[in-house]
Amino acid sequence: METTPATNPRLSFLEAAWVIARRDFGAVLFSRAFLFFLIGPLFPVLVGGLAGSIGKSTSQQAVSVDVGVAMSVSDSTALLGAAETLRPQLGRAMPDLKPIEAAEGNADFNARDYLASRRGNYAAIVTGTLEAPQIVGTQRQVDRWSGAIELAAATALQASPSQFPSASADIVASSASSERKTRIHTAQAAQMVLFLLTIMLGGMVLSNLAEEKGNKIIEILAAALPMDAVFMGKLFAMLGVSFVGIAVWGTLGFAFWTVAEDAIVTVTQTNYRELPGPAVGWPVFVGLGIVYFSMAYLLLGSLFLTIGGMASSVREVQTMSMPVTMMQLMVFFIAMATVADTGSSLELFAVTFPLSSPFAMLARAAIEETLWIHALAIAWQAVAVIALVKGGSLLFRKRVMKSGGAGRAKKPLLRRRAAEPATRSAEQALEPAE
Amino acid sequence: MRSGKGASEPVRTVAHEDTRPLAIEACGLVKSFDGTRAVDGVDIIVPEGAIYGVLGPNGAGKTTTLRMLLGIIDPDEGVRRVFGYDRPHDIGRLIGYLPEERGLYPAMKAVEAIAFMGALRGLPLAEGRKRGLELLERHDLGHAKDRTIRQLSKGMAQTVQLLGTLVHRPRLVVLDEPFSGLDAINQGKLERMIRSLAEEGVTVIFSTHVIHHAERLCEGVAIIAGGKVPYAGSVETARDRIPAQVRLETRAREGSWTAALPEDTRREGDFFYFSLPESGVEPLLKSLIEGEAGILSLSIERAGLHDAFVAIAGEAAARQLEADAQS
Repeated sequence: METTPATNPRLSFLEAAWVIARRDFGAVLFSRAFLFFLIGPLFPVLVGGLAGSIGKSTSQQAVSVDVGVAMSVSDSTALLGAAETLRPQLGRAMPDLKPIEAAEGNADFNARDYLASRRGNYAAIVTGTLEAPQIVGTQRQVDRWSGAIELAAATALQASPSQFPSASADIVASSASSERKTRIHTAQAAQMVLFLLTIMLGGMVLSNLAEEKGNKIIEILAAALPMDAVFMGKLFAMLGVSFVGIAVWGTLGFAFWTVAEDAIVTVTQTNYRELPGPAVGWPVFVGLGIVYFSMAYLLLGSLFLTIGGMASSVREVQTMSMPVTMMQLMVFFIAMATVADTGSSLELFAVTFPLSSPFAMLARAAIEETLWIHALAIAWQAVAVIALVKGGSLLFRKRVMKSGGAGRAKKPLLRRRAAEPATRSAEQALEPAE
Repeated sequence: MRSGKGASEPVRTVAHEDTRPLAIEACGLVKSFDGTRAVDGVDIIVPEGAIYGVLGPNGAGKTTTLRMLLGIIDPDEGVRRVFGYDRPHDIGRLIGYLPEERGLYPAMKAVEAIAFMGALRGLPLAEGRKRGLELLERHDLGHAKDRTIRQLSKGMAQTVQLLGTLVHRPRLVVLDEPFSGLDAINQGKLERMIRSLAEEGVTVIFSTHVIHHAERLCEGVAIIAGGKVPYAGSVETARDRIPAQVRLETRAREGSWTAALPEDTRREGDFFYFSLPESGVEPLLKSLIEGEAGILSLSIERAGLHDAFVAIAGEAAARQLEADAQS
C-alpha cells in the first residue's frame, strides 16, 4: 500500500468543518426528520387557529349578556324599540335588552330575587318606568349599562334626537400613533418567528449529536478533526437545512399571498400594502432578520451541542436541555417585553446579553432607523458564538472522552489489587524503551 | 503541552536504541478523570514500520493512552509526539484510527461510509469512493457496496469500518481492541492485514488484552496495568527477562543425582521443571549421567510473553487479563 505524502498533513479548520457540514446537511435534508421539520410549523398554526376559534366562540358565549326588562308592557316595548334605534350608533355599548316574561302582569315580581335565582343569562334587570328606570345588578353591571339604558329611556320618551347627523369618513392608513403601534407589532411578530425557528432548530442539533454518540461515531470524528471544527460544521449544516426549510415556507407563503391577497385584505379589513413598514425598511429588515436568525440559532445551537455531546441518553438530553430552553424562554420574554421601551436598562440588557441580543436587536430594527448599532451587535454575537463553540468543544474533550477513569473510581478494591503488583514491578522493571 | 513541531522548549525524551525514525514518542503521560489517575506516567516509543501492542487488562488505561496519542484528549502531564508533531490533529491525514466502540452512520451505504471516513482524513470524496470500491472488492465485500450499514452483518460492518480506517493510506494505524468481536477466521484475516500493512512500511499500534495476538504480531509491546507501564520494549527482551525453563524426564525417580538439580526444581508427574542454570545444562547432564538418572527427554523452553507479563505486571493483572480474554 502506498502511503499518502506528508506535503499537507492536515485539513484546515474550514475544510474540516465543511466535511462535517456537507455530510450532516445531506443526511438531514434527505431524512424523514426534515419532512417533519417542514410540516412542523403547520401544527402550531393549526392548533393556534383551532384554539383561537374555540376560545373566541367560548368567549363570545360567556361574554354575551342580556339585560332583562321588567317594566310595564308599553314601557318595555318602547325601551326595546329605542335600544334598537340606537344600536347602529352605539354598537356593543348597547346591551341586548330582553323582556322578562315572568314579570309581565306580576305585581309581586322582585328583580333582586330573580337575579339571585340565577334564571336566564341576565347581567342586570331594568325595572321602574321610562321616566324613572331602576337598574338592579352588581355595581359593575350598573356602572356599565346605566348610561346606555338612560339614553334608551330618553329616546323612548323622545327626549333625545330621533335622528343623528351622519358623519362622512376620510380614512388614512396610519397615524403617528398607529405607525409606532404597527412597528411594535411587527417587532413582536418577528421576535416570535425568530424564537420558534431557533427553538425548533436547536432541538434538531441536540438530537443530531446525541444520535451520533449513540452510533459511536463521535470518537472517529474527534480523532480525525478538531472538535470545535466538528461543532461548527454541525451548526452550519443545520443552519443550511433551516434556510432550505425557510425557503420552502417562504415560497409557499408568497404563493398563498399572491393568490389570496384580496381575500386576506377583505377578511382582515386591512390593506397590508399601505401599512407602515419597519423603521429600517423591509429589505434591510429582512436581511437583518436572516442574520439575527443565524446568530440566535448559532448561539442556542452551540449550547445545545455541548449538552448533546455530554448527554449519554435521550432522557439525559431532555433533562439537561430543559434549563437552556427555560433560559431561552426567559430571555425571549425579556426581549419581547422591552420592545416598546427602547433605551431602558432592561432593554439594554436584552441587547447586550448574547442569547437575547438577536431578538432585541431585530425589534430595534423594526422600531428605530439607526443601522450602525446592528453591525456592532452582530460582531458581538459572532464573538459569543465562537466562545461558546470553543468552550463547548473543550468541555466535550475534557468531560466526555474518558474511558476507564470513571469505572476505576467505582471499583476501588479490584483496581487496587490490579495496580499494586504493577506499581511494584514498575519500580523493579522500568527500563528505557528500546 | 508544547504545541507545534519544533517548539523551542526542550522536552524529556525516552531513550531508545532503534535507529529507525520514530512514529510515536510518548513520555510521562498522565491523565486523571474526576481526581482518579487513569494513566500515570506512560512512556512509549514506537519506531516507524513497527507493529506495536499495548497489552493490559480492561480498565488498565489502554484506551486513554491511545486517545492521548491521537489527540482526542490532551494529557494532564507529559509529552506525546506523532511523527514529530505535538498535536496529532496537525497530521490527521497520516493517521488511521479504529476505536474500540465501532461506529458508523446506519443509513450510509458501505462505500459512502468508507469514502466519508477518508474525507475526514482529507481524501476527496470521489477518490474515497473509488478506493472504497477497490477495498471492498479486495475483501470480498464488493456485493455489499450499496447496502446501508444497518443492512450489513456485524462482522461486515466492522470490516467496512476497518477499510474506512485505511482508505486514505495512512502512515500510522491505531487500532483499539481490533480483535474483539471477531470470530477466529476474521481474527486471522485481521492479523494478515496488520502484517501486510507493516510490510508496506505502515506503523501499526493496537491495544489488546489477548497476549497471543501481541506475541504473534508485535515486535514491541507496552505492558500496561493500573495506568502504569512497567515495561515497554521489544517482545524478545520481555521474554528474555524470564530465564528459560528446563523440562527433564527420567527413568529413575530417586537417586543421588537429584542433589544436582537446581533449588527451584518442582516435580509435576513424570517431569522435573527448573530454570536454566547460568552455567548451562552440560554440568547438570554430566551429574545425571553419572548418577544413572536414565534421561528420557530434556528440553529447554524459552519463556512466553504470558510468563513475562506475569513477572512484570503481577499475578493479579495476569489473572484479570485471562478473565478479560475469556469473557
